[in-house]
Amino acid sequence: MQSRRTSRIRIKVLVAKVGLDGHDRGAKVVARALRDAGFEVVYTGLRQTIDQVVAAAIQEDVDIIGINQHEGSHIHIARKLMQKLKEAGAEDIAVVMGGSIPLVDVEPLKALGVKEVFLPGTPIAEIVRRLEEIVKGGQIASEAEA
Amino acid sequence: MSNPLDLIERAKKGDKRALGRLLTLLEEISAENAWVLERLSSESGRAHVIGITGMPGSGKSTLISRLIRAFRDKGYKVAVITIDPTSPISSGSIMGDRVRMQEHATDAGVFIRSVTNRGILGGVSLAALAMIEAFDVMGYDKIIVETVGVGQSETDIMNVADTIVVLTMPGAGDDVQALKAGVFEIGDIYVVNKSDRPDAVRTYEYMLFVAEKEALGRGGSWKPLVIKTSAALGLGIRELAEAIERHLSYVRESGEKERRLLARRAHLMKLVAVRALLGALEEVMREEGESVSKVAKDMRGFYDEAMRIVKLTGKRVS
Repeated sequence: MQSRRTSRIRIKVLVAKVGLDGHDRGAKVVARALRDAGFEVVYTGLRQTIDQVVAAAIQEDVDIIGINQHEGSHIHIARKLMQKLKEAGAEDIAVVMGGSIPLVDVEPLKALGVKEVFLPGTPIAEIVRRLEEIVKGGQIASEAEA
Repeated sequence: MSNPLDLIERAKKGDKRALGRLLTLLEEISAENAWVLERLSSESGRAHVIGITGMPGSGKSTLISRLIRAFRDKGYKVAVITIDPTSPISSGSIMGDRVRMQEHATDAGVFIRSVTNRGILGGVSLAALAMIEAFDVMGYDKIIVETVGVGQSETDIMNVADTIVVLTMPGAGDDVQALKAGVFEIGDIYVVNKSDRPDAVRTYEYMLFVAEKEALGRGGSWKPLVIKTSAALGLGIRELAEAIERHLSYVRESGEKERRLLARRAHLMKLVAVRALLGALEEVMREEGESVSKVAKDMRGFYDEAMRIVKLTGKRVS
């Protein structure tokens, strides 16, 4: 049988913001830009709990979760999110982050399993390219597994 | 990657990850995976399918969020399929209806899934119809399908729901609009949402008129109901939930439910057929491009040319 990800015509991404951070302009701009690039974008809005993000990602069966954060809690969120995804048997969903994240935090985030961190000023085309690479990489891995 | 039978078994035990993946499989029904839907449908037919439609901004998602709560209070498991428009330019889409329902995301008895058409005519309806069968088998009592009330190909699924709820709101048009709008001919229940607004009384009266006029022209003993709600304030929700239950009793007792189930499945088959035909037609049009362009110059014999294309398409799919 054909594997799930190779049968996919398009890439499905969840764009979410966690906790009390109310700055959603960036998340909306990215959501819109990804749509224009042909992605299926699920937008869950502001002030989500990590449990809500994981539940939505599972029910929508997305390929990627994109967390946009501007208030400094990105490392804490990444740690908890990776743990909850694992508990839910969904650790194969790739996580990327973006927003006001200091350069020094990029490596710690990647060490936690975050696939990519998009710093302020990252061109949209670059985000699209990386997300496509990540999903393709996941496909190759799951084919090797099968 | 897990096989479909394994996904079905796990989903039956309440594993949402497995159900999420199963739904993805059903988004693209093909000759290879048709057996999965066959397997599911052999056990389905029990759930109550509720179609909710209305123009953008009429408050569908907020109302559905309230309804989820009302149904959960009665102990029902609830699934929601939200259908979002796809950009005709990029063929990408933003699925944002979840925003207003996210409070239910972590409820074990609620499952919310968004679908888009992925550029295939009727693709949404096909995916949604297949998903209905899956949710039914997994023990979801109420399956709510939400669509924007525009665009025939995306809303045809409404015609095959067990209960059809049509939303309107104050200021959405006068009585002449109500007369001509096709969507006002299919409702089992009409909802005037945002009825906390002062001009809601007029809209309510128009809708009473619509419902009355319409009851004259249709078969069966069900008389369309009109209900005032304010989804934002949580008003009229209990009345709406009760009306939906009352309609369920009606479709069960009248034999209409069985008829709508068969209509739903016949429609699914039609969509598979349409997809195959359109695919073949596109191919033939491309291959015959030279001949078609020639006729297009002066349109002489255009009808015969079209029929020739039809015959070639017929040969292609047989």
